[in-house]
Amino acid sequence: MAVQSDVIDDAGPYDRAKALSAFKLGDVTFYWITRLSAISVLLILGGIIISLIVGAFPAIKEYGLSFLWTQRWAPSADPPVLGALGPMYGTLVTSFIAMLIAIPVGLGIAIFLTELCPQWLRRPIGMAVELLAGIPSIIYGMWGFFVLGPFLANTFQPFMISIFDGVPVLGAIFAGPPSYLSLFNAALILAIMVLPFITSISVDVFKTVPPVLKEAAYGVGCTTWEVVRSVVIPYTRVGIIGGVMLALGRALGETMAVTFIIGNSFRISSSIFAPGTTISAAIASEFAESDGLHQSGLILLGLLLFVLTFFVLAAARLMLMRLETKAGK
Amino acid sequence: MNPIYARRRRWDIVIRGLCIAAAAFGVTWLALILVTLLYNGISGLNLELFTADTPPPGSTDGGLRNAIVGSIIMTVIGVGIGAPLGLFAGTYLAEYGRNDKLTSVIRFINDILLSAPSIIIGLFIYGAVVVPMRGFSALAGALALAVIVIPVVVRTTEDMLLLVPNPLREAASALGLPRSLVIKRIAYRAARSGLITGVLLATARVAGETAPLLFTALSNQFFSLGLDKTMANLPVTINNFVQSPYAYWKQLAWSGALLITLTVLALNIGARILGAERTAK
Repeated sequence: MAVQSDVIDDAGPYDRAKALSAFKLGDVTFYWITRLSAISVLLILGGIIISLIVGAFPAIKEYGLSFLWTQRWAPSADPPVLGALGPMYGTLVTSFIAMLIAIPVGLGIAIFLTELCPQWLRRPIGMAVELLAGIPSIIYGMWGFFVLGPFLANTFQPFMISIFDGVPVLGAIFAGPPSYLSLFNAALILAIMVLPFITSISVDVFKTVPPVLKEAAYGVGCTTWEVVRSVVIPYTRVGIIGGVMLALGRALGETMAVTFIIGNSFRISSSIFAPGTTISAAIASEFAESDGLHQSGLILLGLLLFVLTFFVLAAARLMLMRLETKAGK
Repeated sequence: MNPIYARRRRWDIVIRGLCIAAAAFGVTWLALILVTLLYNGISGLNLELFTADTPPPGSTDGGLRNAIVGSIIMTVIGVGIGAPLGLFAGTYLAEYGRNDKLTSVIRFINDILLSAPSIIIGLFIYGAVVVPMRGFSALAGALALAVIVIPVVVRTTEDMLLLVPNPLREAASALGLPRSLVIKRIAYRAARSGLITGVLLATARVAGETAPLLFTALSNQFFSLGLDKTMANLPVTINNFVQSPYAYWKQLAWSGALLITLTVLALNIGARILGAERTAK
């Protein structure tokens, strides 16, 4: 048509080249913007590691490795005596108890959601559990402080003591004066907080089990539990462990909820109903008012926590990635 | 019935019961927390909460205006910085570097940052921003939030772009559209609700974040808009008020907690509805 060829004649070869070069420039710019943004993720990690090491350097120089097994924490002494044993113990114990509670419950919910639950109930319950993950941790802290703490101190702990009093080991674990602030309270709150992670990842990996496998097991007469135990769980073992490690990484680093209810005591006690502290709680409650060596010591605690969670999370991701490639095949 | 079969049936019923109990346990916690929050917080939800600033110790009137405004400012700046960066980074992972070695490294590091303890982010920003700037500032707080936003947005952006079918991109390329426009005009548009979901989830994540603000933005008792000074914010104010001996402060803390939780839950549910619409299509 005449009109169209007029337009092309008007545009000419020059405009076409200009348009193409504009496209090319836009292309290159956009490519580099996205590439640099992607690299910034690596820079953030590098920045975290460098700033922690620089901040912790005075404390590393002063205490060296003995920081790891000193229990005393006396920042106002002259010179300050700082040791990480108390917070490390608290971090590990609360996370351990939390996982002890959260793993069976989380898996139970996942089994319920994938195998037992009627279809119409699946979405509401799944959503409720996921919303648990959305609640800010400070809310869990308040709740543990005002509601769970009094309940544990007034009802649960006396009950446990009355059962285990005089029993060796167990008696010591549950002994002590009732307190709102305790390792156990913190561990229980942590368990609730990491529950959604274990459940949602387990549900995801349970869904990767080929229906044929399950149908075959049901076909030879297995009960639901036998199918879960002998088919679903062995098939998804790596994924479950990955989910658990991910939850563990969360529990180790959780801050605000724990800070409220753990009591911030650096002393190590055999009782889980005694107050304690964790690395993150120690940093949260002391950092803003610290300076000099004390502050450096707190940053060194942060560095320890970062290294610990880094390895746990890295292991978790590697396991989940292995499962993804398996599912992709 | 033969005894072995009866035993297997019994076990099955026991385990099923335990699983149902576990599900009830999880749902009960959510209900308990929400009920406690509503019970304690609802009486403090009035106009004064939004129009008056935080009261001095012992006073029995005042609200949370400065803290609410401060939180909104820092969240908006944090998401404003973090979301575009995360969006671009996620775009690179999904569109340009799909089979890159670099991509798998970045994805791995990003997943670790996604779950890294938020207090560590606070320490990082303290060392990287607060110390060189010689003082706590709202800007430092916002940057800390941005660092938390980035991995969340990177992850969802990548996932959502990977869901966009390749023939769409190929068709656009075949028409002569340059790569960057294929991404901007086609891929972004196809994944739009998913991308918004990611930003909403990230906003929900930082809206209640307390630990990284404790020693970056600090908090104060006044109404201020300057980004170079400390700024009042809801989570840290709640943190300080809960541990105070004043009944009115505790009341304000509960109301603030209710406010944050409702906001976060609304964002979460909104994000999920958007996401569900997408998968239903």
